[in-house]
Amino acid sequence: MEESRFVRTEMLAPQAPPLGEIGWIRWLRDNLFSSWLNGALTLLAGAAVVWLAAGIGPWFANAVWNAGSLAECREILAGAEGACFAVIHDRWLQLLFGFYPDTLYWRPTLAFLLLFVALAPALFPAVPRRLLWFTAVYPGLAYLLLWGGTIWGPLVALAGVPVGVAAFLALRPALPLLAPAAGLVAPVLWWLLAAGPVAGLLAAALPWGLAPVGSAKFGGFMLSIIIGITGIAVSLPLGILLALGRKSDLFLVKTICVGFIEFIRGVPLITLLFTASLLLNYFLPPGTDFDIILRVVIMVTLFAAAYMAEVIRGGLAAIPRGQYEAADSLGLDYWKAMRLIVLPQALKVAIPGIVNTFIGLFKDTTLVVFIGLLDPIGLSTAIRANTDWNGIYWELFLFIGAMFFVFCFLMSRYSMHLERRLKTDHR
Amino acid sequence: MAIFSDSTRGGFRLGMLIYDTRYRSLTIQVGFLFLAMAGAAWLVDNTVENLRALGKDFNYGFLGTRAGYDINQRFVAYSSDSTHGQALLVGLLNTLFLAAIACALATVVGVLAGIGRLSRNWIVARLMTVYIETFRNIPVLLWIIVMMAIMTEAMPAPSAFRGEDATASMILWDSVAITNRGVYIPEPLFTRGLGDLDIGVFLVSLDLVAVLIVGAAGIYAHLIITRHAEAVQNATGTRPATWWKSLAVLLLPLLALLWALGFHPGWPELKGFNFQGGIYMRNSLIAMWLALSVYTGAFIAEIVRAGILAVSRGQTEAARALGLRPGPTTRLVILPQALRVIIPPLISQYLNITKNTSLALAVGYMDLRSTLGGITLNQTGRELEAMMLMMLIYLVLSLIISAAMNLYNRSVRLKER
Repeated sequence: MEESRFVRTEMLAPQAPPLGEIGWIRWLRDNLFSSWLNGALTLLAGAAVVWLAAGIGPWFANAVWNAGSLAECREILAGAEGACFAVIHDRWLQLLFGFYPDTLYWRPTLAFLLLFVALAPALFPAVPRRLLWFTAVYPGLAYLLLWGGTIWGPLVALAGVPVGVAAFLALRPALPLLAPAAGLVAPVLWWLLAAGPVAGLLAAALPWGLAPVGSAKFGGFMLSIIIGITGIAVSLPLGILLALGRKSDLFLVKTICVGFIEFIRGVPLITLLFTASLLLNYFLPPGTDFDIILRVVIMVTLFAAAYMAEVIRGGLAAIPRGQYEAADSLGLDYWKAMRLIVLPQALKVAIPGIVNTFIGLFKDTTLVVFIGLLDPIGLSTAIRANTDWNGIYWELFLFIGAMFFVFCFLMSRYSMHLERRLKTDHR
Repeated sequence: MAIFSDSTRGGFRLGMLIYDTRYRSLTIQVGFLFLAMAGAAWLVDNTVENLRALGKDFNYGFLGTRAGYDINQRFVAYSSDSTHGQALLVGLLNTLFLAAIACALATVVGVLAGIGRLSRNWIVARLMTVYIETFRNIPVLLWIIVMMAIMTEAMPAPSAFRGEDATASMILWDSVAITNRGVYIPEPLFTRGLGDLDIGVFLVSLDLVAVLIVGAAGIYAHLIITRHAEAVQNATGTRPATWWKSLAVLLLPLLALLWALGFHPGWPELKGFNFQGGIYMRNSLIAMWLALSVYTGAFIAEIVRAGILAVSRGQTEAARALGLRPGPTTRLVILPQALRVIIPPLISQYLNITKNTSLALAVGYMDLRSTLGGITLNQTGRELEAMMLMMLIYLVLSLIISAAMNLYNRSVRLKER
């Protein structure tokens, strides 16, 4: 009898997968046409992209980069649709520096470059810690570079810190609990009473310094960055203090902090800026008149600090009670418990919110245009007021928007990097 | 005995105010209060002295005097003969109106973009990512100015709509005209209208009141029908069809009322140099509305995305395992949990919109800041009073919004025992 069974003894050669399951066809099916709805959405979105590209593409392709005025641009374009980026080419120094004297551009540029040196040890752990000394003196140096004047003003102001430390160290053996208060009061007294005359005397004796530049000449992205960076640097510690105050057991401290935070968060920034420009003269002793940029920085800082406090409060709330209790049971006092146990964890949790507040603050610096400072948006109006560039809109907006986008986007990327670096859990 | 030795030994000494933990918090608080009061007193004293030096007093009498300026968008009766107080009210209503429509549109934009960014459709997800990152990282003031420039520079003039060879045309079946002077939309008109009711401060359209009452009654009837269906379902296990009943009670009375009032739309028409008829929405309003909506929409999109991602996959799978269809799964399982995460940050975005309406200054929209904090302030020279009143109003607005939203938040909160 013939054997009717068939047993295959060798393996079939593997076949290539069906054409619809590999390569770009599979990708298209999975990502673009997985259902009728998705297919329709894809076509709709694709049409939108094509429509936008067709509208904007020629505008970019025909862009004119070298011209003296909008009329000249139009002559070169000869009726074609095209951007006139010549305005950026013509005015970009002004958009960066405002009306800062052009022979002194090296000073803000140097201050900006040194900013990265000062920030590096705080931002990246690979940089030697010893550079933090430079970070500490940077505010005085930047002030000197930007505003000019004698070198003694910033030096005497910086001297307030050693004065405070000296008072703290001198009092610590005798009155350990009063020493921190003395360490805080001494520099304030120094700045209020002694700093002015001392700086005056030193400046008279040794007139070293740089050519002074008034605040009215400041503008453009330089102004945004000055206000933004100062606000960011000061609002973080202030926000931490406010958040701790709001979580405090001390009823009065808590009430005052809550009142301050809710008031600031309840009113628009623009009303605070108007307060700075219109009302501050009412609130200060008669005859006081201080710099408009300083006033704006103070208001922007207070505004950001209130938001910062709420973000940090969220971080504090996320720390389990056991951490506070563990710190107490180790015998740490309040400040040590906060500094060593609670805040490092709370701040880590709050990083995304903190950086969002920073980004918000930096974007809010554009609001100073309402009180007459020439930030980039104010400058765009000023440039348009010139007959050469009357009627130019989109190119300026695009440039300003792109600059802000780059700054804010970098900040948010850094925050993601920081989150990854500080991640200690093993999920 | 040893436990109490600290407190009993020797009685009270001055040093204990600092060194004894029982008294230290009191000392710190008294010191803090003293500093705060001294600071406040210093400010008030300075203000009083400065006011005296300028020969000014502090009173709100100016609110009752003639304003003498016009406001181009008003929801209540106002003319240049009205008082500064009425100008304030007009400005406040403009602020509230702008905030309300911007919140509504921002929510729609944000929800769509947030879901779109999570879509499995590659091109939609990328487009939404680009939209969100672009709008979040550029100041809202720039967006407002860009929108205003688009409205005034890129839109056709009314004359472009005229003649045989018109270069522009109205959209949506000739009902909406977008021009560089503003947008014209159809208005509701009533041939047998009920007229207006004067309640002292402003006029209330009785037609609108009637429509609202009938609409609310319809919604109430719909709720009763659904509740009844629920009771039947609980008792018998089958749910009676309710959609046609609901549709009937929601629509029929409203249609009957509109017919009784003689409702007909008033179309905008090109007459002379400009459009006539219809509702005229100014460029400034449109620019503020669009800019605030798309800017805040980008933030809301991220909030929505985070809320959806916060509901774990297991929840969807569990709901499907229970036999729920996709619709009820979303409505009964996903949304209630996602909303709990979404609502609190959404509140603060609504607050941000309300505060950002004050940027209307950039485009000349007559909001609270432009009336009370702008023209009134400049005309009367009462900076202190006007600014303080304005801050107070914004503060009260913010507190009301956050209180209302917190109430809602409490109702959806996770109930733990």
